[in-house]
Amino acid sequence: MLALWALIVFIPLGWTLLSSFKTSTEIFASPFSLPKTWQFGNYVDAWVTAGIGSYFLNTVVVVGSALVIVMVLGSMCAYVLARYVFPGHRVIYFLMLAGLTFPIFLAVVPLFFILKNMGLLNTLPGLIIVYVAFALPFTVFFLFSFFKALPGEIAEAAQIDGAGEWRTFFQVMLPMAKPGLASVAIFNFLGLWNQYLIPVAINTDQSHWVLSQGIVAFAGQMGYAVNFGAMFAAAIIVVVPVLIAYIVFQRQLQGSVSAGTMK
Amino acid sequence: MAVFLGVPLAIYLVFVISPFAQAVYYSMTSWGGFSNSMPFVGLDNYVKLFHDDIFLIAIRNNIILVIFLPIITIILSLILATLVTVGGSSRGQIKGLKGSGFYRVISFFPYVIPAVVIGVIWAQIYDPSSGLLNGILTHLGFDGVKSFPWLGDSRTAMAASMAVIVWGFVGFYMILFIAAIKGIPAETFEAARIDGAGRFRTATTITIPLIRDTIQTAYVYMGILALDAFVYMSVLNSTGGPANSTLVMSQKLFSTAFSKSQFGLACAMGVVLAAITLIFSALVFLVNRLTGGSKDVSA
Repeated sequence: MLALWALIVFIPLGWTLLSSFKTSTEIFASPFSLPKTWQFGNYVDAWVTAGIGSYFLNTVVVVGSALVIVMVLGSMCAYVLARYVFPGHRVIYFLMLAGLTFPIFLAVVPLFFILKNMGLLNTLPGLIIVYVAFALPFTVFFLFSFFKALPGEIAEAAQIDGAGEWRTFFQVMLPMAKPGLASVAIFNFLGLWNQYLIPVAINTDQSHWVLSQGIVAFAGQMGYAVNFGAMFAAAIIVVVPVLIAYIVFQRQLQGSVSAGTMK
Repeated sequence: MAVFLGVPLAIYLVFVISPFAQAVYYSMTSWGGFSNSMPFVGLDNYVKLFHDDIFLIAIRNNIILVIFLPIITIILSLILATLVTVGGSSRGQIKGLKGSGFYRVISFFPYVIPAVVIGVIWAQIYDPSSGLLNGILTHLGFDGVKSFPWLGDSRTAMAASMAVIVWGFVGFYMILFIAAIKGIPAETFEAARIDGAGRFRTATTITIPLIRDTIQTAYVYMGILALDAFVYMSVLNSTGGPANSTLVMSQKLFSTAFSKSQFGLACAMGVVLAAITLIFSALVFLVNRLTGGSKDVSA
């Protein structure tokens, strides 16, 4: 049973990898055989001709900046919510909960016009800030419990030693929440790399496309004598960064699945 | 501290909360988008939606998804999680089958592949003439399916699409259940074994009742995903499939808004989608509560 499932997982991926080195005719004629000659040119075609290279760059810029910003803002927000009690505390908490519960689809039309009015529609900064905003509630919830669990005496000690609020947070409290930060960062990375709906709605200028848009458009042209091998190569290019992230952080990620979803 | 909370909160309010609120208002206008006139029409859009056959088909498809997708995914991942944790030899220490670590890593892998890539790959796998699936089936001797269009036939399109989503998520829930099962004390399983319970019996009378809260969480998450399903459905069948058999509300909303510029109507669809999502979550919690919840299992 397990072995069967492993095969069901593995075969499609192996097939994709294999096909990425074949010519279109080979893919049609013999779906299983090894490529006669390994078409490394497919990767060049995907990267250059299909524009995957430039989408890749956009994605790295957008996901990278959004990730850094959301981690900083999210941990500050979670810290305040977890450590201080003030009027409106619960209201903010429930607003965050709403952001996690409601489907993004409800927000997508007004979001389009908000960005348009701000002149951020179809720009990378616009995309970044929306990514940040929508990744925020998850980040805050996850880190909330981490900060809640940290001993308060340490913060007090830091303050007595003369550290200001900024210093207490960045030099004392934040490093202590490292395991939590790492897990959230991986989840956010996967989620943002994966994002499709937000970019297709608010980032329609082709020169600013991210990978997910690029590959869908590429696959959508299929049937017009497009290079199938290159399309499989493009799929592999999109997968490789997440594969690397996954292999490196595998233990951390699997460990935090339960912690992160048991709210 | 004001800065700490203020900046993130401001971004959040402008880009997340305010669009949600605006959507509710827009849903009661007949706004076409690019003019400033936004005539208030009350509930007209909702009335229109529930007379729109295609939207009703989309709702039906979402409901099919929200019922079957979590059930299939959860059953499959529960079986796999059980095998990995307590499915091993029935002598000696309670443990999983051999090579469990390996299977955990492999099974989780689809979860980290971007959904669009999963869609693109599977669209090729289902391809009638050069796809992997028909290739394998004809090799196994099923010549009848030689060029069967799995995604292009209204009888199979929905099931084929569901299989793709299940493929992508089983690993994630498997890991989730593994963590929950590991939280059960080993003595409990040992006691069951001494009392003569077989593996199946152990799973149904010990494991499942003890991790039912996790199962509930999984059902809600998977259900919310099933109510969206936009990425998978739009990549596998961008037009909604043969005879709209795989069209979902989110796809209909997207085209109503961004191809037809009927923004008021699209927002009404968003509200319906949100309402169904909330009703669904409430139902799952209610059912769990009514059937005993987490109280009777602590003994």
